[in-house]
Amino acid sequence: MRQRQLRARDMLRGDLEGEELERYVEQKVVMTNFEKMLGWARSNSIFPLTFGLACCAIEAPISLVTARYDLARFGAEALRASPRQADMIILSGRVSIKMAPVVRRLYDQMLEPKWAISMGACSSSGGMFSNYAVVQGADKFMPIDLHIPGCPPRPEAVLYGFTKLQRKIQGNPDQGWRARYDAHGTEEWARGGPRSEPSAEAAEAYEAARELIGA
Amino acid sequence: MPDAPGLELIRGEIEAAHPGAVVDTGFAQERAVLSIDPMHVLAVLGWLREAPGQGYSFLSSLHAADYLPAEPRFAVHYELLNRDRVERIRVKALLADPGEDALPEIDSCVELFPTAEFQEREVFDFFGIVFRGHPDLRRILLPEDYVGWPQRRDFPIGGEPVTFTYNERNYG
Repeated sequence: MRQRQLRARDMLRGDLEGEELERYVEQKVVMTNFEKMLGWARSNSIFPLTFGLACCAIEAPISLVTARYDLARFGAEALRASPRQADMIILSGRVSIKMAPVVRRLYDQMLEPKWAISMGACSSSGGMFSNYAVVQGADKFMPIDLHIPGCPPRPEAVLYGFTKLQRKIQGNPDQGWRARYDAHGTEEWARGGPRSEPSAEAAEAYEAARELIGA
Repeated sequence: MPDAPGLELIRGEIEAAHPGAVVDTGFAQERAVLSIDPMHVLAVLGWLREAPGQGYSFLSSLHAADYLPAEPRFAVHYELLNRDRVERIRVKALLADPGEDALPEIDSCVELFPTAEFQEREVFDFFGIVFRGHPDLRRILLPEDYVGWPQRRDFPIGGEPVTFTYNERNYG
Protein backbone atom coordinates (compact mmCIF):
# COMPACT_ATOMS: atom_id res chain seq x y z
CA MET A 1 0.00 0.00 0.00
CA ARG A 2 2.77 2.35 0.95
CA GLN A 3 4.47 1.60 -2.34
CA ARG A 4 1.34 2.38 -4.31
CA GLN A 5 0.91 5.65 -2.54
CA LEU A 6 4.44 6.54 -3.43
CA ARG A 7 3.85 5.61 -7.05
CA ALA A 8 0.71 7.71 -7.19
CA ARG A 9 2.69 10.63 -5.87
CA ASP A 10 5.31 9.99 -8.50
CA MET A 11 2.67 9.96 -11.19
CA LEU A 12 1.34 13.31 -10.11
CA ARG A 13 4.82 14.71 -10.45
CA GLY A 14 4.84 13.43 -13.99
CA ASP A 15 7.26 10.59 -13.29
CA LEU A 16 4.91 7.93 -14.73
CA GLU A 17 4.63 8.00 -18.47
CA GLY A 18 3.87 5.98 -21.55
CA GLU A 19 3.04 2.31 -21.19
CA GLU A 20 3.58 2.34 -17.47
CA LEU A 21 1.01 5.12 -17.02
CA GLU A 22 -1.53 3.25 -19.17
CA ARG A 23 -1.13 0.10 -17.11
CA TYR A 24 -1.53 2.14 -13.96
CA VAL A 25 -4.75 3.69 -15.24
CA GLU A 26 -6.09 0.28 -16.25
CA GLN A 27 -5.49 -1.02 -12.74
CA LYS A 28 -6.87 1.94 -10.85
CA VAL A 29 -9.74 3.46 -12.80
CA VAL A 30 -13.11 1.89 -13.58
CA MET A 31 -14.92 3.41 -16.52
CA THR A 32 -18.71 3.46 -16.63
CA ASN A 33 -21.58 5.75 -17.39
CA PHE A 34 -23.99 7.36 -14.98
CA GLU A 35 -26.99 5.12 -15.77
CA LYS A 36 -25.00 1.97 -15.14
CA MET A 37 -23.65 3.32 -11.87
CA LEU A 38 -27.15 4.34 -10.81
CA GLY A 39 -28.52 0.89 -11.65
CA TRP A 40 -25.72 -0.72 -9.71
CA ALA A 41 -26.44 1.42 -6.67
CA ARG A 42 -30.19 0.82 -6.90
CA SER A 43 -29.90 -2.91 -7.31
CA ASN A 44 -27.83 -3.17 -4.15
CA SER A 45 -30.06 -0.99 -2.02
CA ILE A 46 -33.58 -2.42 -2.31
CA PHE A 47 -36.21 -1.84 0.34
CA PRO A 48 -38.75 -4.68 0.24
CA LEU A 49 -42.25 -4.11 1.52
CA THR A 50 -43.14 -6.03 4.69
CA PHE A 51 -46.00 -7.88 3.11
CA GLY A 52 -47.26 -11.44 3.09
CA LEU A 53 -50.29 -13.00 1.47
CA ALA A 54 -50.28 -16.70 2.35
CA CYS A 55 -48.00 -19.65 3.07
CA CYS A 56 -45.23 -18.36 0.76
CA ALA A 57 -44.78 -15.52 3.25
CA ILE A 58 -43.09 -18.01 5.58
CA GLU A 59 -40.33 -18.54 3.03
CA ALA A 60 -40.11 -14.92 2.00
CA PRO A 61 -39.70 -12.52 3.60
CA ILE A 62 -39.73 -14.27 6.99
CA SER A 63 -37.09 -16.92 6.28
CA LEU A 64 -35.11 -14.73 3.92
CA VAL A 65 -34.18 -12.18 6.55
CA THR A 66 -33.12 -14.74 9.14
CA ALA A 67 -29.43 -15.44 9.72
CA ARG A 68 -29.62 -18.71 7.78
CA TYR A 69 -30.48 -17.15 4.40
CA ASP A 70 -29.72 -13.51 5.16
CA LEU A 71 -31.09 -11.26 2.46
CA ALA A 72 -28.78 -8.56 3.87
CA ARG A 73 -25.96 -10.09 1.83
CA PHE A 74 -27.68 -8.69 -1.27
CA GLY A 75 -28.44 -5.30 0.17
CA ALA A 76 -32.15 -5.73 0.87
CA GLU A 77 -32.31 -6.27 4.61
CA ALA A 78 -34.33 -3.16 5.49
CA LEU A 79 -37.96 -4.23 5.19
CA ARG A 80 -40.33 -1.30 5.18
CA ALA A 81 -43.80 -1.34 6.68
CA SER A 82 -45.05 1.45 4.41
CA PRO A 83 -45.35 1.24 0.62
CA ARG A 84 -44.19 4.86 0.43
CA GLN A 85 -40.76 3.80 1.67
CA ALA A 86 -40.50 0.52 -0.23
CA ASP A 87 -39.44 -0.13 -3.80
CA MET A 88 -40.02 -3.87 -4.10
CA ILE A 89 -43.10 -5.95 -3.37
CA ILE A 90 -43.07 -9.75 -3.16
CA LEU A 91 -46.49 -11.29 -3.80
CA SER A 92 -46.08 -14.27 -1.49
CA GLY A 93 -49.17 -16.36 -1.98
CA ARG A 94 -52.51 -16.58 -3.74
CA VAL A 95 -54.29 -13.31 -4.43
CA SER A 96 -58.01 -13.53 -3.82
CA ILE A 97 -60.30 -11.32 -5.86
CA LYS A 98 -61.08 -9.42 -2.67
CA MET A 99 -57.39 -8.79 -1.98
CA ALA A 100 -56.44 -7.85 -5.54
CA PRO A 101 -57.58 -4.19 -5.32
CA VAL A 102 -55.65 -3.83 -2.06
CA VAL A 103 -52.49 -5.25 -3.60
CA ARG A 104 -52.87 -3.04 -6.63
CA ARG A 105 -53.28 -0.02 -4.40
CA LEU A 106 -50.18 -0.89 -2.40
CA TYR A 107 -48.26 -1.20 -5.64
CA ASP A 108 -49.58 2.14 -6.90
CA GLN A 109 -48.56 3.80 -3.64
CA MET A 110 -44.94 2.72 -3.99
CA LEU A 111 -42.63 5.36 -5.38
CA GLU A 112 -40.78 5.02 -8.67
CA PRO A 113 -38.69 3.12 -9.49
CA LYS A 114 -40.38 -0.03 -8.18
CA TRP A 115 -40.32 -3.73 -8.81
CA ALA A 116 -42.69 -6.61 -8.17
CA ILE A 117 -41.88 -10.29 -7.71
CA SER A 118 -44.62 -12.88 -8.07
CA MET A 119 -43.57 -15.72 -5.81
CA GLY A 120 -44.91 -19.23 -6.07
CA ALA A 121 -47.40 -20.98 -8.30
CA CYS A 122 -50.49 -19.32 -6.82
CA SER A 123 -49.68 -15.69 -7.40
CA SER A 124 -48.18 -16.45 -10.81
CA SER A 125 -51.01 -18.56 -12.21
CA GLY A 126 -53.61 -19.27 -9.54
CA GLY A 127 -51.88 -22.55 -8.74
CA MET A 128 -54.18 -25.22 -7.39
CA PHE A 129 -56.92 -22.69 -6.67
CA SER A 130 -58.80 -22.81 -9.94
CA ASN A 131 -62.02 -21.43 -8.47
CA TYR A 132 -64.28 -18.43 -7.98
CA ALA A 133 -62.24 -16.75 -5.26
CA VAL A 134 -58.65 -16.54 -6.55
CA VAL A 135 -57.19 -14.36 -9.29
CA GLN A 136 -55.60 -16.60 -11.92
CA GLY A 137 -52.24 -14.88 -12.02
CA ALA A 138 -51.33 -11.58 -10.41
CA ASP A 139 -50.15 -10.08 -13.70
CA LYS A 140 -53.81 -9.73 -14.64
CA PHE A 141 -54.05 -6.65 -12.45
CA MET A 142 -50.50 -5.36 -11.96
CA PRO A 143 -47.14 -5.52 -13.72
CA ILE A 144 -44.84 -8.27 -12.49
CA ASP A 145 -41.10 -8.10 -13.11
CA LEU A 146 -40.22 -11.62 -12.10
CA HIS A 147 -41.98 -14.92 -11.50
CA ILE A 148 -40.47 -17.48 -9.13
CA PRO A 149 -41.93 -20.98 -9.57
CA GLY A 150 -42.48 -23.38 -6.69
CA CYS A 151 -45.09 -24.34 -4.14
CA PRO A 152 -43.68 -22.72 -2.12
CA PRO A 153 -40.26 -21.90 -3.58
CA ARG A 154 -37.27 -22.65 -1.38
CA PRO A 155 -35.64 -19.54 0.10
CA GLU A 156 -32.65 -20.32 -2.12
CA ALA A 157 -34.93 -20.05 -5.14
CA VAL A 158 -36.17 -16.69 -3.95
CA LEU A 159 -32.59 -15.53 -3.46
CA TYR A 160 -31.75 -16.66 -6.98
CA GLY A 161 -34.77 -14.81 -8.29
CA PHE A 162 -33.72 -11.78 -6.33
CA THR A 163 -30.26 -11.77 -7.90
CA LYS A 164 -31.98 -12.06 -11.29
CA LEU A 165 -34.02 -9.00 -10.41
CA GLN A 166 -30.82 -7.18 -9.48
CA ARG A 167 -29.42 -7.93 -12.91
CA LYS A 168 -32.61 -6.65 -14.46
CA ILE A 169 -32.33 -3.44 -12.49
CA GLN A 170 -28.74 -2.99 -13.60
CA GLY A 171 -29.80 -3.49 -17.17
CA ASN A 172 -33.02 -1.83 -18.23
CA PRO A 173 -35.36 -1.31 -15.29
CA ASP A 174 -38.31 -0.31 -17.44
CA GLN A 175 -38.59 -3.13 -20.02
CA GLY A 176 -41.51 -1.32 -21.58
CA TRP A 177 -44.12 -2.48 -19.10
CA ARG A 178 -45.84 0.90 -19.00
CA ALA A 179 -46.65 0.60 -22.66
CA ARG A 180 -47.83 -3.01 -22.26
CA TYR A 181 -50.13 -2.21 -19.34
CA ASP A 182 -51.17 1.23 -20.58
CA ALA A 183 -49.85 2.69 -17.33
CA HIS A 184 -48.46 6.02 -18.47
CA GLY A 185 -49.21 8.77 -16.01
CA THR A 186 -49.30 6.60 -12.89
CA GLU A 187 -45.73 7.40 -11.84
CA GLU A 188 -45.16 8.80 -8.39
CA TRP A 189 -41.84 10.40 -7.57
CA ALA A 190 -40.33 11.43 -4.27
CA ARG A 191 -39.10 14.72 -5.70
CA GLY A 192 -37.74 16.19 -8.87
CA GLY A 193 -39.28 13.63 -11.19
CA PRO A 194 -40.61 14.54 -14.60
CA ARG A 195 -44.21 14.56 -13.30
CA SER A 196 -43.60 16.45 -10.09
CA GLU A 197 -45.12 19.72 -11.30
CA PRO A 198 -48.45 20.42 -9.57
CA SER A 199 -51.75 20.09 -11.38
CA ALA A 200 -53.54 23.24 -12.49
CA GLU A 201 -56.06 22.96 -9.63
CA ALA A 202 -53.33 22.44 -7.04
CA ALA A 203 -51.36 25.45 -8.31
CA GLU A 204 -54.52 27.57 -8.22
CA ALA A 205 -55.32 26.48 -4.68
CA TYR A 206 -51.74 27.20 -3.66
CA GLU A 207 -51.94 30.75 -5.04
CA ALA A 208 -55.31 31.31 -3.36
CA ALA A 209 -53.90 30.13 -0.04
CA ARG A 210 -50.92 32.47 -0.38
CA GLU A 211 -53.23 35.41 -1.07
CA LEU A 212 -55.33 34.48 1.94
CA ILE A 213 -52.41 34.65 4.34
CA GLY A 214 -51.09 37.79 2.64
CA ALA A 215 -47.81 36.29 1.57
CA MET B 1 -79.59 -37.04 20.24
CA PRO B 2 -83.20 -38.20 20.32
CA ASP B 3 -83.61 -41.83 19.26
CA ALA B 4 -86.06 -42.88 16.55
CA PRO B 5 -89.17 -43.08 18.81
CA GLY B 6 -88.15 -39.82 20.48
CA LEU B 7 -87.87 -38.13 17.09
CA GLU B 8 -91.32 -39.43 16.08
CA LEU B 9 -92.66 -38.10 19.38
CA ILE B 10 -91.23 -34.66 18.61
CA ARG B 11 -92.72 -34.85 15.13
CA GLY B 12 -96.13 -35.71 16.53
CA GLU B 13 -96.09 -32.87 19.01
CA ILE B 14 -95.01 -30.34 16.39
CA GLU B 15 -97.67 -31.64 14.00
CA ALA B 16 -100.28 -31.15 16.74
CA ALA B 17 -99.21 -27.54 17.30
CA HIS B 18 -98.38 -26.61 13.71
CA PRO B 19 -100.10 -28.89 11.20
CA GLY B 20 -98.10 -29.52 8.03
CA ALA B 21 -94.83 -28.24 9.48
CA VAL B 22 -92.82 -31.48 9.45
CA VAL B 23 -92.26 -33.09 6.07
CA ASP B 24 -90.02 -35.98 7.01
CA THR B 25 -87.82 -37.39 9.75
CA GLY B 26 -84.69 -39.46 9.52
CA PHE B 27 -81.11 -39.99 10.57
CA ALA B 28 -78.11 -38.81 8.59
CA GLN B 29 -74.49 -39.01 9.68
CA GLU B 30 -75.60 -40.09 13.16
CA ARG B 31 -77.75 -37.00 13.58
CA ALA B 32 -81.51 -36.83 14.01
CA VAL B 33 -82.93 -34.82 11.13
CA LEU B 34 -86.28 -33.05 11.08
CA SER B 35 -87.16 -32.00 7.53
CA ILE B 36 -89.64 -29.15 7.62
CA ASP B 37 -91.66 -26.86 5.41
CA PRO B 38 -89.84 -23.48 5.23
CA MET B 39 -93.10 -21.63 5.94
CA HIS B 40 -93.01 -22.97 9.50
CA VAL B 41 -89.32 -22.58 10.25
CA LEU B 42 -89.72 -19.99 13.00
CA ALA B 43 -92.58 -21.92 14.58
CA VAL B 44 -90.54 -25.16 14.68
CA LEU B 45 -87.34 -23.53 15.94
CA GLY B 46 -89.31 -21.61 18.55
CA TRP B 47 -91.13 -24.74 19.63
CA LEU B 48 -87.87 -26.73 19.98
CA ARG B 49 -86.46 -23.90 22.01
CA GLU B 50 -89.39 -23.04 24.27
CA ALA B 51 -91.61 -26.13 24.63
CA PRO B 52 -91.32 -27.86 28.00
CA GLY B 53 -88.99 -30.87 27.91
CA GLN B 54 -87.23 -29.75 24.70
CA GLY B 55 -84.82 -26.90 25.50
CA TYR B 56 -82.84 -26.84 22.22
CA SER B 57 -81.75 -23.32 23.10
CA PHE B 58 -78.40 -23.12 21.31
CA LEU B 59 -77.95 -22.73 17.56
CA SER B 60 -74.51 -24.26 17.04
CA SER B 61 -74.49 -23.86 13.27
CA LEU B 62 -76.57 -22.57 10.40
CA HIS B 63 -75.64 -23.54 6.88
CA ALA B 64 -77.13 -24.41 3.52
CA ALA B 65 -76.74 -27.03 0.83
CA ASP B 66 -77.59 -27.26 -2.85
CA TYR B 67 -78.98 -30.68 -3.80
CA LEU B 68 -79.23 -30.09 -7.53
CA PRO B 69 -80.86 -31.88 -9.40
CA ALA B 70 -83.05 -32.98 -6.48
CA GLU B 71 -86.33 -31.20 -5.72
CA PRO B 72 -86.72 -29.16 -3.61
CA ARG B 73 -83.29 -27.97 -4.54
CA PHE B 74 -81.99 -26.07 -1.51
CA ALA B 75 -81.98 -26.81 2.20
CA VAL B 76 -81.08 -24.57 5.10
CA HIS B 77 -79.72 -26.59 8.01
CA TYR B 78 -80.12 -25.49 11.62
CA GLU B 79 -77.98 -27.48 14.05
CA LEU B 80 -79.58 -27.15 17.46
CA LEU B 81 -78.06 -28.17 20.78
CA ASN B 82 -79.60 -28.84 24.16
CA ARG B 83 -76.82 -27.90 26.51
CA ASP B 84 -78.31 -29.59 29.58
CA ARG B 85 -78.63 -33.04 28.06
CA VAL B 86 -75.98 -32.44 25.37
CA GLU B 87 -78.41 -33.54 22.69
CA ARG B 88 -78.29 -32.34 19.13
CA ILE B 89 -80.94 -32.20 16.45
CA ARG B 90 -80.81 -30.98 12.87
CA VAL B 91 -83.68 -29.02 11.41
CA LYS B 92 -83.62 -29.02 7.63
CA ALA B 93 -85.81 -26.48 5.87
CA LEU B 94 -86.36 -27.62 2.28
CA LEU B 95 -86.47 -24.73 -0.17
CA ALA B 96 -87.62 -24.97 -3.76
CA ASP B 97 -85.85 -23.02 -6.48
CA PRO B 98 -88.24 -20.27 -7.64
CA GLY B 99 -86.61 -20.38 -11.06
CA GLU B 100 -85.37 -17.67 -13.42
CA ASP B 101 -83.60 -14.88 -11.54
CA ALA B 102 -85.77 -15.07 -8.42
CA LEU B 103 -84.07 -16.03 -5.18
CA PRO B 104 -85.48 -18.56 -2.71
CA GLU B 105 -86.72 -16.95 0.50
CA ILE B 106 -87.03 -18.08 4.10
CA ASP B 107 -87.75 -16.32 7.39
CA SER B 108 -84.74 -15.08 9.31
CA CYS B 109 -84.23 -16.55 12.79
CA VAL B 110 -82.07 -13.69 14.07
CA GLU B 111 -84.82 -12.75 16.54
CA LEU B 112 -84.66 -16.22 18.07
CA PHE B 113 -80.90 -16.78 17.80
CA PRO B 114 -78.83 -13.59 17.44
CA THR B 115 -75.80 -15.70 16.50
CA ALA B 116 -77.52 -16.48 13.20
CA GLU B 117 -76.93 -12.98 11.88
CA PHE B 118 -73.48 -13.55 10.33
CA GLN B 119 -74.25 -17.15 9.38
CA GLU B 120 -77.35 -16.12 7.47
CA ARG B 121 -75.29 -13.47 5.70
CA GLU B 122 -72.80 -16.15 4.74
CA VAL B 123 -75.54 -18.41 3.37
CA PHE B 124 -76.90 -15.45 1.40
CA ASP B 125 -73.39 -14.70 0.16
CA PHE B 126 -72.72 -18.15 -1.24
CA PHE B 127 -76.16 -19.58 -2.09
CA GLY B 128 -78.29 -16.53 -2.74
CA ILE B 129 -80.94 -17.55 -0.20
CA VAL B 130 -82.78 -14.47 1.07
CA PHE B 131 -83.63 -14.34 4.76
CA ARG B 132 -86.78 -12.27 5.28
CA GLY B 133 -86.47 -9.91 8.24
CA HIS B 134 -82.68 -10.07 8.50
CA PRO B 135 -81.44 -6.71 9.85
CA ASP B 136 -78.47 -6.34 7.50
CA LEU B 137 -78.47 -8.81 4.62
CA ARG B 138 -75.41 -8.11 2.49
CA ARG B 139 -72.41 -10.09 1.31
CA ILE B 140 -70.02 -10.91 4.11
CA LEU B 141 -67.00 -12.75 2.64
CA LEU B 142 -67.04 -12.08 -1.09
CA PRO B 143 -66.48 -8.58 -2.49
CA GLU B 144 -69.56 -6.37 -2.35
CA ASP B 145 -69.76 -6.13 -6.15
CA TYR B 146 -69.47 -9.85 -6.77
CA VAL B 147 -71.99 -11.29 -9.24
CA GLY B 148 -73.37 -14.78 -8.74
CA TRP B 149 -73.74 -17.36 -5.97
CA PRO B 150 -70.54 -19.39 -6.15
CA GLN B 151 -71.43 -22.37 -3.92
CA ARG B 152 -74.40 -23.33 -6.05
CA ARG B 153 -73.81 -26.46 -8.03
CA ASP B 154 -74.61 -24.83 -11.36
CA PHE B 155 -72.05 -22.07 -10.78
CA PRO B 156 -69.12 -22.45 -13.19
CA ILE B 157 -65.96 -23.64 -11.47
CA GLY B 158 -64.04 -20.76 -12.99
CA GLY B 159 -60.34 -20.30 -13.27
CA GLU B 160 -58.55 -21.97 -16.10
CA PRO B 161 -59.32 -25.55 -17.05
CA VAL B 162 -56.71 -28.18 -16.21
CA THR B 163 -56.28 -30.17 -19.40
CA PHE B 164 -53.39 -32.55 -18.61
CA THR B 165 -52.24 -32.26 -22.21
CA TYR B 166 -48.64 -32.75 -21.14
CA ASN B 167 -49.42 -36.26 -19.90
CA GLU B 168 -51.53 -36.99 -22.97
CA ARG B 169 -48.64 -36.10 -25.25
CA ASN B 170 -46.19 -38.23 -23.34
CA TYR B 171 -48.21 -41.15 -22.11
CA GLY B 172 -51.60 -40.96 -23.83
